[in-house]
Amino acid sequence: MSASKYCHVGLNLGDGNTSANEGAESLIFGFWIFLMTDLVIFALLFATYAAMSLHGVAEGPTPAQLFALKMPFIETLILLLSSFTFGMASLALKYSENRAALVAWLVATGVLGAIFVAMEISDFSSYITEDHAPPQRSGFLSAYYLLVGTHGIHVASGLIWMLVLLVQIAILGLIPDVKLRILRLALFWHMLDIVWVGIFTFVYLFGVSL
Amino acid sequence: MSGDELPASELEGRVTERRHYLLGLLLALLLTLAAFAVVAFAGLSGQSTRIVVASLAVIQILVHFRYFLHIDLQKSHRDDLHLILFTALIVFLMVAGTIWILFNLHTRML
Repeated sequence: MSASKYCHVGLNLGDGNTSANEGAESLIFGFWIFLMTDLVIFALLFATYAAMSLHGVAEGPTPAQLFALKMPFIETLILLLSSFTFGMASLALKYSENRAALVAWLVATGVLGAIFVAMEISDFSSYITEDHAPPQRSGFLSAYYLLVGTHGIHVASGLIWMLVLLVQIAILGLIPDVKLRILRLALFWHMLDIVWVGIFTFVYLFGVSL
Repeated sequence: MSGDELPASELEGRVTERRHYLLGLLLALLLTLAAFAVVAFAGLSGQSTRIVVASLAVIQILVHFRYFLHIDLQKSHRDDLHLILFTALIVFLMVAGTIWILFNLHTRML
């Protein structure tokens, strides 16, 4: 790490971005509090899922019958890679390279995120149409779609946010406000990847091994 | 790349930080592969598979916090760390409590 002062979670912009650093500490701490409360929501959805996936199967399929490892594995790799590309975007932002590098990494992240959401939608639609496992069939399925769907909607809103930021970069340029918005989106994006670690472990891997 | 214009210390910082992200990616990738491999190939019993996989997930979450969100144990990072630890406590209480109560109810209903 460079010697510059640490004032908030995530990548700090450092000495070269003094104007963006003013006010960054409380802004980003506030956003960090939001992320932690979001984490609490996910934790409760996980708890509901844990109970429902064992006791709420009703006459529907069990997790082991429904899930296969291939799709979750690819989705995991894509989301992990997108977390890394966003890290590269943050570095491009911090070290004020040409704006093209930042935009390119952001677009790469967005494309990976979009592929992830598309794969998830195709998962859901094949479960519903081919496996006859819609959310209303059993408590397990309701909890599954609620948990994984909530995560998917978070990723989709991250994509919309990213699009808005790309427009802002184009129109406003890299003014301090835009820089801080990119930093907060980075935290949001990395946090969603952390939630996904929980999902692929406790939903898919646990489901297959039951 | 316009990186040539940067002073040497900044350039060095960028190289270190890029390595930081790469290391994080590598560790996360290894832990993910290990978790999927344990379920797909190791042939352990269901119970021990789940213990191994859950431990790998906890380690991977720590890796993500450390390398992608830059949380560590330095003094200046304490507020962020406190918030995470407090959230972890709340999450533990609510998840463990929910699972305890629901599973207990389930056994009583049988």
